Amino acid sequence: MYPSDVVGERVPRQYRVLPDSESTDLVFFSSVSENTRRFVERLDRPAVRIPLRPRREGQIQVARPFVLVVPTYGGGIRGGAVPKQVVDFLNHPVNRGLLRGVIAAGNTNFGEYYCLAGPVISAKCGVPELYRFELLGTERDVERVNEGLARFWAGANEREMVSA
Amino acid sequence: MTDTIPGRPITEISVTPPSYRHDPAARLRPINWNRITDEKDLEVWNRLTANFWLPEKVPLSNDIQAWQRMTPEERTLTMRVFTGLTMLDTVQATVGEICQIQDARTDHEEAVYTNIAFMQSVHARSYSSVFSTLTSTAEIDDAYRWAVGNELLQERCKKVLAHYYGDEPLKRKVASTLLSSLLLYAGFYLPLHFSVHATLTNTADMIRLILRDKAVHGYYSGYKYQRGLEKLDAAGRQEMQDFTFALLEELYELELAYSGELYEPLGLMEDVAVFVRYNANKALMNLGYPTRFTAEETEVNPEILAALSPGADENHDFFSGSGSSYVIGKAEDTSDDDWAF
Repeated sequence: MYPSDVVGERVPRQYRVLPDSESTDLVFFSSVSENTRRFVERLDRPAVRIPLRPRREGQIQVARPFVLVVPTYGGGIRGGAVPKQVVDFLNHPVNRGLLRGVIAAGNTNFGEYYCLAGPVISAKCGVPELYRFELLGTERDVERVNEGLARFWAGANEREMVSA
Repeated sequence: MTDTIPGRPITEISVTPPSYRHDPAARLRPINWNRITDEKDLEVWNRLTANFWLPEKVPLSNDIQAWQRMTPEERTLTMRVFTGLTMLDTVQATVGEICQIQDARTDHEEAVYTNIAFMQSVHARSYSSVFSTLTSTAEIDDAYRWAVGNELLQERCKKVLAHYYGDEPLKRKVASTLLSSLLLYAGFYLPLHFSVHATLTNTADMIRLILRDKAVHGYYSGYKYQRGLEKLDAAGRQEMQDFTFALLEELYELELAYSGELYEPLGLMEDVAVFVRYNANKALMNLGYPTRFTAEETEVNPEILAALSPGADENHDFFSGSGSSYVIGKAEDTSDDDWAF
């Protein structure tokens, strides 16, 4: 269906293993529209991008716990809400195991399918859906996500210290 | 004569049909969906065709009882609002989408506009279905006479038409995106408002189908606009940004004046203005620009927002809560279909 490639199912996946120093606590996907990238760039923290063409560029394997920022595809059809590249990334058990939460982008015009990628990933991977925003996100969204992620990771560190 | 030299890319030795106007001697090529140059074209085409619908599928006649319970003022308002929406969709179907074909950057982009243009005609057609279901020929004719006579409605259309028929491809894109993502929303407010009060709920369902389409239309022209901007130097990009914000301002003022006439008698104007500003911000985001209005200026009435999208409320903001409990999606909400590719 995508002759120019997107994801090949039977081709053995090449993984690029990120060293600890390059593996950030924020990972995102953005299509060529670059909407989600523009939101992520306005946040306080560095982020790693899931490749647009995993088969050609190699999929990444992360090394640290992270929150995922993802746009919703489809708009009006349930299947395919999660971009294929993100499914491919999460199909790797190491990546899936380090996922701690998901932030989804969407458009309220899609009604009940608004930000559907959030709940789908949340249910599939058993992590909380942290936030929803529209398109490029507003200034308020950027503030809330900055503050929210700071608190989220502070809380996560505490929880890990308690359980250690 | 054979100038179809093997080895030279077909795009170098041929043009798509709209170029005939400029070069009648050039060789023409058919569209090839097996050779995609911008994957967004195929993605948007697939989304549009998957979302295809017709008003005949919506059980509008179930709204007849609700219509009969409405006050004469509410009925007149509904007819005028819908005639106004029909006007904008007519502009978009017959000029706004079609005029962008000549500026397409890929062969497939040309095809996508033909799809969008047809869908805009379906939208324009759908309001007539509401009218024929709920009201009489005399009332319909009155509403159309009102549309032709209303200065503000005429001005809103002509403001964008001037750019559609102008010389600048990127200004066409801006005008088209602002129409799809901003101008229609003062009208969409009304059926959402009624549906909150359990009135005309089937008509509201039809409007939700239209809203879904408009989101894709605005996204696509905004995306292609940004591809076009990449070709400009910094000064050119600045000029387009200034143009966009100036046009937005003009259209916003017109929206307030137009909606004021319609909605003030029912005391809904403040709510409508917020909804218009909220959508003005979304129009700018589709074009890749920062928002124009603040969060306080765009806090849509929660009931209206819920009528638009049940998942847009604060319950989905884990960060704003105390953080004491995680909200994790229910397993039954997902299936392998969601995940499959």
